[in-house]
Amino acid sequence: MSKLALRGVSKLFGATVVVDNVELALDEGEFVSLLGPSGCGKTTTLRMIAGFIEPTTGTIEMGGRLLSSSAGSVPPERRQMSMIFQSYAVWPNMTVEENVAFGLRLRQVRDADARRRVREMLEVVHMSHLAQRYPSELSGGQQQRVALARAVVIRPSVLLLDEPLSNLDAGLREEMRGEIRRLHEEFRTTTVYVTHDQAEAMATSDRIAVMSQGRIEQVDDPHTLYTRPRTRFVAGFIGRTNFIEGVCDGADIVFDRFNVPRGALPGGATLAGKVTFSVRPQSMRLLPGGSQRPGPGPLVEVRVAHRTYLGECWDYVVKAVAGSTQLRVTAPPLEVYDVGQALWLELDPTQMAPIV
Amino acid sequence: MLLWLALMAVLAFLVVNPMFRLVSASLEEPGSQALTLANYRAAYGSLRHLQALLNSLEVGTGAALLAGALGVPVAWAVSRTDMPAKSFVRLMALGAFIIPPYLGAIGWILLTGPNAGWLNRLWMAASGGEHGIFNIYSMGGLIAVVGFSSFPYVFVFTNSALDLVPSEMEDAANILGAGTLQTAFRVTLPLVLPAILGGLIVCFLEAIALFGAPAMIALPARFHVVATQLWRFFEYPLRVEEAAAYSIPLLLITMFLLWLQRALTRRKGYATVTGRGGERRMIRLGRWRWAALAYALAVGALSVMLPLFVLLQAAFAKAWGRGLSLENLTLGNFRYVLFEQTQAQHAIVHTFVYAGAAAFAAMGLSLGIAYVVSRKLFRWGNALGFLCMAPIVIPGIVLAIGFYAAYAPPPLALYGSATMVILAFTTRFLPIAYASIAAGIGGIGMEIEEAVRILGGGRLTAIRKVLAPLLKKSLAGAWILVFILAVRELSTAIFLVGPDTRVISVMMFDLSEEGNFETLAALGAIMLVVSIAIASLGFRIIGRDFMLRRN
Repeated sequence: MSKLALRGVSKLFGATVVVDNVELALDEGEFVSLLGPSGCGKTTTLRMIAGFIEPTTGTIEMGGRLLSSSAGSVPPERRQMSMIFQSYAVWPNMTVEENVAFGLRLRQVRDADARRRVREMLEVVHMSHLAQRYPSELSGGQQQRVALARAVVIRPSVLLLDEPLSNLDAGLREEMRGEIRRLHEEFRTTTVYVTHDQAEAMATSDRIAVMSQGRIEQVDDPHTLYTRPRTRFVAGFIGRTNFIEGVCDGADIVFDRFNVPRGALPGGATLAGKVTFSVRPQSMRLLPGGSQRPGPGPLVEVRVAHRTYLGECWDYVVKAVAGSTQLRVTAPPLEVYDVGQALWLELDPTQMAPIV
Repeated sequence: MLLWLALMAVLAFLVVNPMFRLVSASLEEPGSQALTLANYRAAYGSLRHLQALLNSLEVGTGAALLAGALGVPVAWAVSRTDMPAKSFVRLMALGAFIIPPYLGAIGWILLTGPNAGWLNRLWMAASGGEHGIFNIYSMGGLIAVVGFSSFPYVFVFTNSALDLVPSEMEDAANILGAGTLQTAFRVTLPLVLPAILGGLIVCFLEAIALFGAPAMIALPARFHVVATQLWRFFEYPLRVEEAAAYSIPLLLITMFLLWLQRALTRRKGYATVTGRGGERRMIRLGRWRWAALAYALAVGALSVMLPLFVLLQAAFAKAWGRGLSLENLTLGNFRYVLFEQTQAQHAIVHTFVYAGAAAFAAMGLSLGIAYVVSRKLFRWGNALGFLCMAPIVIPGIVLAIGFYAAYAPPPLALYGSATMVILAFTTRFLPIAYASIAAGIGGIGMEIEEAVRILGGGRLTAIRKVLAPLLKKSLAGAWILVFILAVRELSTAIFLVGPDTRVISVMMFDLSEEGNFETLAALGAIMLVVSIAIASLGFRIIGRDFMLRRN
């Protein structure tokens, strides 16, 4: 049985559908991100899980117990969850220690016990030396650690994070997302993490639910999500991609100037009619032009239209010599080609993902 | 929902019903419920009553212009120039706030009463003349006294707007060849014109709503203003309905002008006055800075130091007219009011108890309502906030008449009771407490409370453990402001207190009619000492600008 389950959850503000029929189930100890652009309903979904907002329709259950339904809901303070807020919401009138101890005190944990757990927790987040400080004397990253410690120390049944890193600068963000994942490995708390940053989601999550316009587009582990996006939105939102169209024709799928046998494509047997594929720029290879076929994969004759050098790689835009297809291809720094140069473009059918 | 209904009921009792009764009383035939316009005809049918209304407008206009002439230059000098002793000048503005206008009026009666006044005697001694040249008991005297005491309003409004004008605005004029004064008049002051006008409007409204100073000055001078005329309606035979009708224009003028004032100052001057645009340098006045200081000190002398000095002299004198000499010095007045005269003792106790109770009530009510409004707990929460702010448009006397009309008759028959006074004070100062607390709550994000709730604390835990500690300053500030204002409040009290519930302000008013200035001054000194002590406590815990902030 799943730990946390959202069944057909929708939320309307007035006539606007903010969350649209969301289905999501988390296993015990799983870390799931809600990823999507701003306004996609991810924060609203999180706040419904927390109990700050009631769903218009649908239910939220935890361990088989009904938490929210349109008929009413368990208030946030009785859900045994904890949450990390965008603003951290560290209480400025309490010291670091008092902040972290707050949840334990509410649970009437014995004093000595509480003190020990707070001490251990502060150690885990490397804040022991600042236990007596007030939040106004801490940096953003340190406040973030306090918020983390405060949320995790009570061993919540579910931990919710609402864009916790969006107020930090880039370097700190990377460090803190490592920290969040480390804490998760240590405590294995069932976690829902809201973010608009795909790198954050990929780095921290067991699975990612990509949301757009209130709907969940796809839920998968980061690798599957990247390599086998199922919708155009997911393919475009996670990393960069090219879209090319093919038509099923007997045993082959016919593209502009090249064919791919169905068998070469994962799941290719079930495709029919016109199909759009997502092809990642990294999944293709550019090879110097010449008469002989250099590789086993499908080849297209192309010319370089633009190029941008990014240090870590080249970013080429190539155009098929015949036809109008234009593709973006990434190449290692040493593969230098000039604009206008004729090349072979080699595709890898196993990395082409059909999307709906 | 229950909470909402409860708060709504309290506000209905405190704000809505008194105002409703005011209007309905003005339209009722005395003794019956029949609708009539007779009260309005009686109230405005006489030329004398119309003249009083005109007099009020004259006092208001004159006092506002005078306060502008005093306040604007001082505000400019404090905010924009290198005039010395700025904090002393600010302190005097604060002093003028704390001294209620009727005490200022007493001070000026002692200074410029015909022949007997200090300044007149000084003049006679200097010139050898038979008569003094000043006569406080005149329209000019009243305007001067009210203008002196209300200069801080203009000062504070103008000063805080000027503090936001970046120096670059002035540099731009200087580089084009404008001198200091030219820049001030053509650039700086026009930039803050809306704030100045806003301050003038507040002065005007204060002036027409005053009761004490006009009663002490205008009545001996044999003319009436609206406030004193309303007082007449309350003498025998009591004509509450006529009073209600007569007070309606005052209410309408106040509503209109406050609306205008909001509209003017909401624009925050002009677009440039945003607080950005960096650096502010003080204009170097050179030798002229001493002239600026002299002017500021003169203003301070007129509004604070001179009246305060003669009041203190009277408080410590056997007879104030005998002047400054050692054998005229006594503590007898204080002994009399503190230990001998039971009426005065009672008045002192009443004053602080009522003011304290009203301050707690206004603070608690404001906290509850500000919370409900800011956290959007109910759909119609905003209505509560609106009602909380509504009394700001009701002049003290008008509010008193409304309370009288609503709660003096049976079944409640609260007239003359402590409850009545406390309730009226609470209503009168509710907007002040609410504005301060609502601003405080608005500055505290929702998430900080949600963090409590998700960790297992209820709403009350969140309020007790997090919100209240964070609001400590706003709450204390609200309490102190209401307390100080309630301690000095005269115009509401005079209509509502009974023989057993007299407060210091009312007692001082009565003493002034008897001409017993020494006892009066001693009472006034006690009131000021307590007010100042509480205010400085406020500075200690909240920071020094809390009373001089705008609004």
